[in-house]
Amino acid sequence: MTDHRIKKHPILPVPEREEIEFYWQGQPLKALKGETIAAALFANGIQVFGHHQKDGSPLGIFCANGQCSQCMVIADGRPLKSCMELVTEKMQVEPNDGNPVLPEVKSAPKLRPIPEIAIPVLIIGGGPAGLSAAIELGKLGVEVILVDDKHRLGGKLVLQTHRFFGSAEAVYAGTRGIDIATRLETEVKKLPSVQIWTQTTCLAVYSDKKVGVLLNGKKYVLVTPQVLLVATGAREKFLAFKGNTLPGVYGAGAFQTLVNRDLVRPAEKLFIIGGGNVGLIAGYHALQAGIGVVGLVEALPQCGGYKVHKDKLVRMGVPIYTSHTILSANGEEKVESVTIAQVDERFRPIPGTEQSFACDAVLVAVGLDPVNEFYQKALEFGVTAFVAGDAEEIAEASAAIFSGKIKGLEIALALGLPVAEVPAEWYQTGEILKSKPGNIFEEDLPDVESGVIPILHCNQEIPCNPCSALCPQGLIVVDKQDIRSIPRFVGNNYCCKACEKCVAGCPGLAITLVDYRTNPDKPIVSIPYEFSREMLNLSDRVTILDTEGTELGEAEVLNIHAFKGNDRTLVVQVEASREIASRIAGIKIQPVSITQPMRQYVDHVADDTIICRCEHVTAGEIRALIRQGYHDINEIKTVTRAAMGACGAKTCASLIRRLFAEEGVPANQVIDPYKRPIFIEVPLGVFAGESGEEEAE
Amino acid sequence: MSVQKNYDILLIGAGSLGTPAAYYLAKSGLKVLVLESVPSVGQGSNKRAIGGIRATHSDPAKIRLCLRSIEIFSTFKKTFGDEIEWDQCGYTFVAYTSREEKILKDLLAVQKSYGLVNDWYDRDDLLKIVPDLTPEGLIGGTFSPGDGSASPLLSNHAYYTHALKAGAEFRFNEPVTAMTIKNGHIESVETCCGTYSAGVVVNTAGANAAEIGRMAGVHVPVKPDSHEAAITEPVARFLGPMIVDIRPAVGSSNYYFYQHLTGQIIFCITPNPNIWGTDVNETSSFLPMVAKRMIEIMPRLKNIRVRRTWRGLYPMTPDGFPILGWSPQVSNMLLGVGLCGQGFMLGPAMGELLTRLVNQDLLPDDAETLQFLSPERKFEGQELLK
Repeated sequence: MTDHRIKKHPILPVPEREEIEFYWQGQPLKALKGETIAAALFANGIQVFGHHQKDGSPLGIFCANGQCSQCMVIADGRPLKSCMELVTEKMQVEPNDGNPVLPEVKSAPKLRPIPEIAIPVLIIGGGPAGLSAAIELGKLGVEVILVDDKHRLGGKLVLQTHRFFGSAEAVYAGTRGIDIATRLETEVKKLPSVQIWTQTTCLAVYSDKKVGVLLNGKKYVLVTPQVLLVATGAREKFLAFKGNTLPGVYGAGAFQTLVNRDLVRPAEKLFIIGGGNVGLIAGYHALQAGIGVVGLVEALPQCGGYKVHKDKLVRMGVPIYTSHTILSANGEEKVESVTIAQVDERFRPIPGTEQSFACDAVLVAVGLDPVNEFYQKALEFGVTAFVAGDAEEIAEASAAIFSGKIKGLEIALALGLPVAEVPAEWYQTGEILKSKPGNIFEEDLPDVESGVIPILHCNQEIPCNPCSALCPQGLIVVDKQDIRSIPRFVGNNYCCKACEKCVAGCPGLAITLVDYRTNPDKPIVSIPYEFSREMLNLSDRVTILDTEGTELGEAEVLNIHAFKGNDRTLVVQVEASREIASRIAGIKIQPVSITQPMRQYVDHVADDTIICRCEHVTAGEIRALIRQGYHDINEIKTVTRAAMGACGAKTCASLIRRLFAEEGVPANQVIDPYKRPIFIEVPLGVFAGESGEEEAE
Repeated sequence: MSVQKNYDILLIGAGSLGTPAAYYLAKSGLKVLVLESVPSVGQGSNKRAIGGIRATHSDPAKIRLCLRSIEIFSTFKKTFGDEIEWDQCGYTFVAYTSREEKILKDLLAVQKSYGLVNDWYDRDDLLKIVPDLTPEGLIGGTFSPGDGSASPLLSNHAYYTHALKAGAEFRFNEPVTAMTIKNGHIESVETCCGTYSAGVVVNTAGANAAEIGRMAGVHVPVKPDSHEAAITEPVARFLGPMIVDIRPAVGSSNYYFYQHLTGQIIFCITPNPNIWGTDVNETSSFLPMVAKRMIEIMPRLKNIRVRRTWRGLYPMTPDGFPILGWSPQVSNMLLGVGLCGQGFMLGPAMGELLTRLVNQDLLPDDAETLQFLSPERKFEGQELLK
């Protein structure tokens, strides 16, 4: 079977790991020790994990985050989520087709009383916000339990191979997300008052103010915190389109998890839905992993993400179709193509504009919703609770880091500790870090054509300032009061020493350096480069592009180098003609062929737009009820089973609300479904006080 | 709203009883209005019922009513065309001590005298019916093959759509706020949005029955207590009947579970002492308590994954029997209240009986049934087996 593993990555280390053997439908396959069952199956090219009991349609990975229950398999006789459980030696994995058979159990297991723990602070979520809060509290010696459902801390930081934006002073801007995760993890582990429970999922906040957690995926524990901090991050929004449950349609987070954490290649050619930062960055990550990006559609006339992220992608050769939407994902057992169309000002597809592209994956990145149900329950039940990061308000991870820090101090104050009030400027910084991308200005290219000049292809107001700290001579300036302002080069063409630190260090890869000193007609342009070294050779002729992705012609590669401290970003020097030198912003790395539309568009006739992925309820079924006057989602649930499945309405609730909007029902007339525990499905034995550890004894 | 609308009959509460009753009343030709305080039908206690339907009670009234309900549920698809997930799975009450053996055998005698099919099975024979029961200590148990289960959600909603077709009018988001009483007669019923009058006003307000009674100056001896329940993921069928274990333990007097037609295990516990009040928020004590009891009796359940939990209200009467009958104080108020957590199984048959009572075309057996359910009874004694 083909190996779908990523063996080489320009940013991520590929560790040597022990090989183990497991079985899929009785067939022996290789896996790596410590990887999830889902990753092991993907590495072996298996992407269909079962078939839905209602309509027999294929199921596979969608969220890779333990939320959606689409990736269920039967492992050693037990149904479980393959994205959350590790594969083990000789494990027998079977597809989940229809209802699983409950294994027979000969004798009653040993049961123990459920342990109860009281603690000053319980933090749910070990991502940027939760870790930062734990660090603040740990420094003050406050007893904290921090729980996280993954095997390692860092939340979504561990998937981020790119350098972070934000403030270099406040939130590690300029450092890659993966490295920020390690730093925060190292720091929090030094603090003796912070207990860290990984692989531990919060199940419910109960009305008696106890919080039920599933420790190590095995043992049920009730924790009574004085203060609860909810730092549970976000979940991805889903989108209604035909074929939207075909294996190969992923949430962006799932794709990043498979590629950047699990180092498997889930696709050869990817199409992206959504031009926010998540979609744009995921596209870049795909390219870095050697996966082609066929295109990206964005329904708005402009991408909502940072312009530098968008620029980066178009410069690599990825077409971005704004004012376009996806009509369908097409294929039998998995995605084979995607059909898109242009939309009018009311986001309705325009007939005649349909196009299809061959691809084997569709990545849905249409925004995030806060995971705030524990916070809401805590408020309802009178638990002293705080909320931080995306669980409070969707923003960049840098904002989450800072928000956690603030909440940490606020909690210390709430506990009555003798600490100073949170400084007012922290709140200001917090607000700036959360701000959406601002105005775009005309690119201001210098007209001087001698000496050395750094060109800042950064012309949108975003909260980011690492460049100002990179220049040893302090010649790049960002307003310290408001780091959203556009950076300026304040030197003249003879001040810059061409150290290239700004080129290699800008998180947006948006700084180039033009050196006219050797030959003013053939200046040397230094360009940042984060792809495999082997893809480029000296003397190659490469296609060079401007900020917006317009091709400027070809140029010869003179030099490719890394230097100490530039953290895996290479600098490529090309020789360019004087006329275009200052406009050069990047090198095209993806061939045009991959982005070509198919000759004829694929018309997807089946009415299989799924709203509820768990119970396979279609948009058509729910629309019919809305048109009959149903306004209570609880009633829709009763009739259709939508929102009643395994995931607990985590993916469909917002889609149902959207159908109401499309049908012209005002939001205030729609009754939301009642939210009930528990957060994920857990074996009954766990609640009875059985723990897998005891069995092993 | 100045115009007062007139109806033949006005029901307060579209729940386990109100919704089927609305259907049978409308079908009998009456002009029916149902006022419901929340946005849709069955959203109070009905949807929180676990779905069990049994005729194996200990008194002629409930036995008769539930036999009729079973007839309705089991032919629902044929009669109405709706899938309500009826499954004639039967009920098994297990005995692990001689105490339960005696209670169950005593009860069998009573039940058989009413013609119910329910039999005692010794250990090995019971294990043939329920192979996954823990055999250690098992004495035996009863099995009543005629009992079953269905989906409360689907059933109640089906009744709603058929009531609409039969001409009943439903007004949602309209809690009753006041009633005008003159000479022991309800003149009008007020809500936030209108004033209504009707020849007969029926209190089918479930857990809110006492409060609705107070508005008419009628003492309704109903107070709710709460029970928690949960549902698992669906698995391939392995469990036949509903299992009921009536052994008392710390915190609970009994518990029961069954496998729904669609594969999920649904379970519930009876707290001891009762938790009185209208709080339906989830507690941390329920799952550990019920899980331990279920796994002790059926270890195979340890691997089934719990999906969701909830808590619902049992509108209790002092003697544990429902109330159906005319209010002694207010001439045109009919009480269909205090169904004591059995509203789902009693609803269809009681809806029919209520209709016969209103239309004065009672069947020969109805007099005896109504005597048991009378609002004027003494409320002494206790239901043998809840």
